[in-house]
Amino acid sequence: MDLTLTEDQIFIRDEARRLLASKADGDALRRIVSRGDGIDPDLWATISTELGWCAMTIPEKHGGVGLGLTELVLLMEAVGERLAPVPLWSTACLGVPLLTAIGTQAAQVWLERIAVGDAAATVAIADMNSVNPFQGGGVTATRQGGGYILQGQLPLVTDAQVAGLILVPARIGQDVAVFGLEPSTGSDFRRLKTLDHTRQYCAHSLNDLSVPESTRLDRNGVNADALAEAETIANLGLAAEQAGLARGAMDLTLEYISERVQFGRTIASFQAIKHRCAALEVDLAELRALILGAAVQPDPRERMLEVAGARALASDLAFRASEEAIQLHGGVGFTTEYAPHLYFKRAQANWHLLGSPERHLDRIAAHCLPDGDAA
Amino acid sequence: MSQQDLNDLRHEIRDWMDTHLTGRFEPLRFRGNAGDGDALPELRKAWEQELAHGGWTCPHWPKEHGGRGMSVPQQIVFQEEYGRAGGPGRIGHIGEGLVGPTLIAFGTEAQKQQFLSGILAGTEYWCQGYSEPGAGSDLGNIRTRATRDPGSGDWLVSGQKVWTSLAHLSDWIFVLARCEAGTVGRHGLIFLLMSLDQSGVEIQPIEQMGGGAEFNSVFFDNARAKAEHVVGEPGDGWQIAMALLGFERGISTLGQQMAFAQELEAICDIARENGMTKIPSIRQRIAVAWTGLRAMRYLALRVLGGDGSHDVQRDALGYKYHWSNWHRDLGKLAMDVLGPEAGVLDESDPRKERLQRMFLFSRADTIYGGTNEIQLNLIAEQGLKMPREPRGTKG
Repeated sequence: MDLTLTEDQIFIRDEARRLLASKADGDALRRIVSRGDGIDPDLWATISTELGWCAMTIPEKHGGVGLGLTELVLLMEAVGERLAPVPLWSTACLGVPLLTAIGTQAAQVWLERIAVGDAAATVAIADMNSVNPFQGGGVTATRQGGGYILQGQLPLVTDAQVAGLILVPARIGQDVAVFGLEPSTGSDFRRLKTLDHTRQYCAHSLNDLSVPESTRLDRNGVNADALAEAETIANLGLAAEQAGLARGAMDLTLEYISERVQFGRTIASFQAIKHRCAALEVDLAELRALILGAAVQPDPRERMLEVAGARALASDLAFRASEEAIQLHGGVGFTTEYAPHLYFKRAQANWHLLGSPERHLDRIAAHCLPDGDAA
Repeated sequence: MSQQDLNDLRHEIRDWMDTHLTGRFEPLRFRGNAGDGDALPELRKAWEQELAHGGWTCPHWPKEHGGRGMSVPQQIVFQEEYGRAGGPGRIGHIGEGLVGPTLIAFGTEAQKQQFLSGILAGTEYWCQGYSEPGAGSDLGNIRTRATRDPGSGDWLVSGQKVWTSLAHLSDWIFVLARCEAGTVGRHGLIFLLMSLDQSGVEIQPIEQMGGGAEFNSVFFDNARAKAEHVVGEPGDGWQIAMALLGFERGISTLGQQMAFAQELEAICDIARENGMTKIPSIRQRIAVAWTGLRAMRYLALRVLGGDGSHDVQRDALGYKYHWSNWHRDLGKLAMDVLGPEAGVLDESDPRKERLQRMFLFSRADTIYGGTNEIQLNLIAEQGLKMPREPRGTKG
């Protein structure tokens, strides 16, 4: 198994980082935060329309670039590093994998639109802390007349006000159906005020929402294995974003402590501080290796387990890196003038998306201890 | 080399191990690794010769020096299959992995002629004379002296080396000594090849907390290194010593990971047998261990496949810290899963014995080969470009 990045992959990563360094720098981020909707529409237009980042993993026959998960995780890391307020995770790691899993003509039409930057997408997940977010838990669909009635609470949906397509997995009997809502189908997502200022979060109550037959994108339910694969990709993308967040928090801290002078020396020269930074660096190397390995792992079950491990490590590391950023900045780390608080808040918000560390570790434990579920 | 060729190699090694690590060698399975390094020495020396007959010693050496010229991917396959089969810790490791490559790169023709064949044949064993009581993490603080004997041109060596793995089983030692009086630090050092079988050398075992004694103190009292057994020039010892360490690329750690995986598996088995799986925090710790091991494998493959970019070099610096701390934590997990029985020594239970040994020896993992503290300095200074530690004026 070769984990060396190809020249093309290095180019994609470096170009992404270069773009975001100029378009999503600290000033840009503060501007978006003060506006309060968690989206930078200009940056999103550049990324989705001009650069085609959403097309990365969409097959060429559906207008995509047809690249693999390695390219996707490199982009997600770059976005996480800058906390870039764009719906890339919602679109490329939730929407695209779920549409791919559905696999119908109706789903392909959407993939083609997403590939050219015509629409952002997201998935409305009833239980955001579930490790099986696409199984339709918490939402039921009932056939009525020529359409369906949807019922369920959606308390935390990412990027719903910017998405042109909101995918709603729902249970219909034993099957998982997926409905594609557009802002015009009467879905009314209300934006939430949240701790994290760098991503958009919305909520919606599906109180017997009546939708036409045409909104149902699957045919007779989505294949369970395909759903599981899509869930793995969603988690992999989030792990990569969290790894990027940790890198970004560390980089801005290293920059600050290399300039801050106390007792006649930069505080970066104190061993107590060096060792803390180095310990984070080791954990980041471990996490990134696991993410890159999982991205090329051919076996779906092994990949699911590796991604579960990556999410557990990533949630923990992103939080620790950002809390260290506050601590090592000293007093200014507690202010809104400096960036550490944005990383800290985003790290905490990510913790419970698609499963907290304990839930991911439970999955791995069930694999390691197959007869040991007595607890 | 194609994937098919690598698979063929994998099967060839697997078959060879199956048919040879058996019979009288059967007791060697999973023995002699770090922490257990002084186990079954005579049988393990015979095993070295068995490997040599099969052409499996020094497989990464160039063909013209008797090796197979194996590439990195081939070496990875070899180490994985050796570890998977439970191949014992290699008494010949220092000669094969460190001395041979150093002599091939820097040795004289006569030195290659004299020493390479014994390493290849698995008949001559080497140990490493770097650390001293006053020169551990601060290796430059070496006090062992080498003085030239004007008559013969030989070097007379006096001083003490310590933590010398397997010195009591070895024939030769390479010694870093100070050959220019009045020098300090990295200057004025010499790299010497010395026979251990001489009157000026005394080897004393150091009993470890795990009960074994694979380390030794080696005392030199006017012991002799022949004039022709200097590697490089007198005064260049530091450069040779560091180049030697550079030959340790860590490929053997992939074999080590196979042993780690078996240790984790044994812990899982015990937890299922004794009901520890009912404790949620134990389950979580097992999952954390599984995750760390998987990450370790990918980190090793990433580092060994090295594209030389700063990114990968930075990751490489963290590898030793990662695996050694992971293993130390696994030792604690093993004891906690064993429960009260962990404290009872029972020779009839080899699985438990192995985990108890591992618990104790893994405490050395974060000390030898660069302590945790030195590793973190290196990562901070070389990886993150943070300021270097100030040097004291004493010593």
